[in-house]
Amino acid sequence: MITFKDLVVDVEGKRIINEFNLKVSSGELHVIMGPNGSGKSTIANTIAGHPRYSIKSGDIVYKKELINELSPEERAAMGIFLSLQYPVSIPGVKNIYFLKAAVNSIRKIKNQDEIDTIDFLKMVRGILPLVGLDESFLHRSVNEGFSGGEKKRNEILQMLVLQPDLSVLDETDSGLDIDALKIIAEGIKNYRNDSRSFIIITHYHRMLDFLDPDYIHILIDGKIKLSGGPELAHKLEEKGYSWVREMQNI
Amino acid sequence: MVAVQAFRFNNIMSKDTINKRLDKKYEFGFTTDIEQETLPPGLNEDVIKVISNKKDEPEWLLNWRLNAFKKWKKMSEPSWAKVNYPKINYQEISYFSSPKKKKLKSLDEVDPEILRTYEKLGIPLQEQKMLAGVAVDAVFDSVSIATTFKDDLAKAGVIFCSFSEAVKNHPDLVKKYLGSVVPHTDNFFAALNAAVFSDGSFVYIPKDTKCPMELSTYFRINALNTGQFERTLIIADKGSDVSYLEGCTAPMRDENQLHAAVVELIALDNANIKYSTVQNWYPGDENGKGGIYNFVTKRGLCKGKDSKISWTQVETGSAITWKYPSVILRGDRSIGEFYSVALSNNYQQADTGTKMIHIGNNTKSTIISKGISAGHGQQTYRGEVKIMKNADNARNYSQCDSMLIGDNCGAHTFPYIDVKNKSAQMEHEATTSSIGEEQLFYCAQRGIGEEEAISLIVNGFCRDVFKELPMEFAMEAQQLMEVSLEGSVG
Ligand SMILES: Nc1ncnc2c1ncn2[C@@H]1O[C@H](COP(=O)(O)OP(=O)(O)O)[C@@H](O)[C@H]1O
Ligand SMILES: [Mg+2]
Repeated sequence: MITFKDLVVDVEGKRIINEFNLKVSSGELHVIMGPNGSGKSTIANTIAGHPRYSIKSGDIVYKKELINELSPEERAAMGIFLSLQYPVSIPGVKNIYFLKAAVNSIRKIKNQDEIDTIDFLKMVRGILPLVGLDESFLHRSVNEGFSGGEKKRNEILQMLVLQPDLSVLDETDSGLDIDALKIIAEGIKNYRNDSRSFIIITHYHRMLDFLDPDYIHILIDGKIKLSGGPELAHKLEEKGYSWVREMQNI
Repeated sequence: MVAVQAFRFNNIMSKDTINKRLDKKYEFGFTTDIEQETLPPGLNEDVIKVISNKKDEPEWLLNWRLNAFKKWKKMSEPSWAKVNYPKINYQEISYFSSPKKKKLKSLDEVDPEILRTYEKLGIPLQEQKMLAGVAVDAVFDSVSIATTFKDDLAKAGVIFCSFSEAVKNHPDLVKKYLGSVVPHTDNFFAALNAAVFSDGSFVYIPKDTKCPMELSTYFRINALNTGQFERTLIIADKGSDVSYLEGCTAPMRDENQLHAAVVELIALDNANIKYSTVQNWYPGDENGKGGIYNFVTKRGLCKGKDSKISWTQVETGSAITWKYPSVILRGDRSIGEFYSVALSNNYQQADTGTKMIHIGNNTKSTIISKGISAGHGQQTYRGEVKIMKNADNARNYSQCDSMLIGDNCGAHTFPYIDVKNKSAQMEHEATTSSIGEEQLFYCAQRGIGEEEAISLIVNGFCRDVFKELPMEFAMEAQQLMEVSLEGSVG
């Protein structure tokens, strides 16, 4: 699905990601953990093509295509979705309107006709219960005055509506109570299938316990220092990152 | 840029047609080639006499004009607004122009060229009645050519006609109210208008009558170098209700064109006037060349108790806008409202806002102003809320929000407050925001490209004002914002 080859990324002249290598195949769920400031969000934003993150060298190959130079909207149209760590609010723009604009923009890039409004509403109404939200939510302004949990649910709602092939979820589980966490994990789990891949950034094993991840990677100073199976998440929460550092002599 | 008229009847226009219209930069930058009768440039008493004479005006009106002219000569052009433009030579302007053929009984007699103009503007005049149920008093240049829907309105007792007709047919009403809200000496531009006004619209809604349809007037500047001096007078008698729409477009040309209109509204006891404007005069090109100077005086008087006047404006056009639709709240419990969206792109300058003057008891005013600056645009909100000594329990709520797009534009806010009565309750909020990289990235990540994202964000920003517009205006206002913002980034 996506392969990173010796990726080096600078943010405002500062080297953040240094020789990052990773391969995520179709149907796989990879987890990236790592201390604050290690570059997790930088990886996420770089995948999505955020203009402030500049790739100095290395390749990102997605669905066999080099996407280093593609615009964020082109990547979105290719099925890349990023759930932001801090979703942005857009005052005065109704959630439902935003969702429809997103769906239609992507369809336009793919030379498809606009979605039928009735079909669209039907689809969205079907998804709302999966993220534990009611219809009134659609008529509120995008992320404006949303609680932390509502913002994260909204991201997952968008994911389920846009139906991406690669979903990058940046700390989507942070700040959620246990019920919300379950709902979101359930939503992700149901969405998962053999042709869809996930990169999940998190600090906790809580959500991972629901999700049955394939690999856990530990990012330190912009580089994957350790990879392993799901047990790594537990070990990490128990022992902390110093354990990885000691093990790696860094 | 596209004029709003194109969308007036968008309920019957296919989306393709709309898109085609939107594709054009300023589609209505054309001049209609019909013979015009135009006075040579220059302003003096003789010119005013000619104008008055051409219109067969009574002597009192001529004297009123001459009096205004005398005062105007002693006045100087206001310089306090935050706008810059080369000095206007008022002797280089021609003060009257009218298409030669006039006084037509039906549309069939109208010059086909003019009808074609209307078609280009998206106003299928012949179909209007059937289409939208909107009565249109179309002002072509300075003279009314055609008025429709007269019958339906007449049945309700509503008078909706050109100003000149009103002077002829309803002299008592005109004499009683003309200049009663905006005196002929009110300000430099209002005095100029009083001296030379060419035509405009007149509305009278009788007692306890709800006007059976929305009233609209289209203005259009067409004659080269001819200033437009429209004058509108709307009187809502006791217990009546009217919604009036005004929208405009102008042809592309290089010379700056002066537009100094006056609008007076009078609401008697329990009357309700809603006045909505979508203003899209030619704003000049990307380099600030050309464009309309729009110096307008608009004021409403809530004369009776429990009356209400509401101004809603969407100002996207003109090189320079100088405009402060105001309400004098004289009647007890009267209500004044001002909802405004103003956009300055490229080198446009807008200095706009409102005045709410509370005189009666328990009067209430609301001000919601949204200013958007892009390119090198400059945007000033200038508002005054005045609570007079005897106005007990007056309330005002003001909200002035500015949005900046890019680094070369500016937004300025000057809210003046003058409270002479301690019982007043005042609330003021102001924000300035810019469209952030993070917002744009968020949209882009969801597939929404930059131009669409900006229009989405801006339309969201304007929502509180757009929702005050009558239905048919609201849609086109959104489209208009989109088109007006084209090329504002990147
Ligand atoms: N916009 C930015 N400007 C400057 N430095 C940044 C910016 N964004 C991130 N950084 C820096 O990059 C490093 C990695 O940040 P980030 O990817 O957000 O880490 P994580 O998500 O792992 O906590 C940090 O040192 C952070 O300060
Ligand atoms: Mg982060």
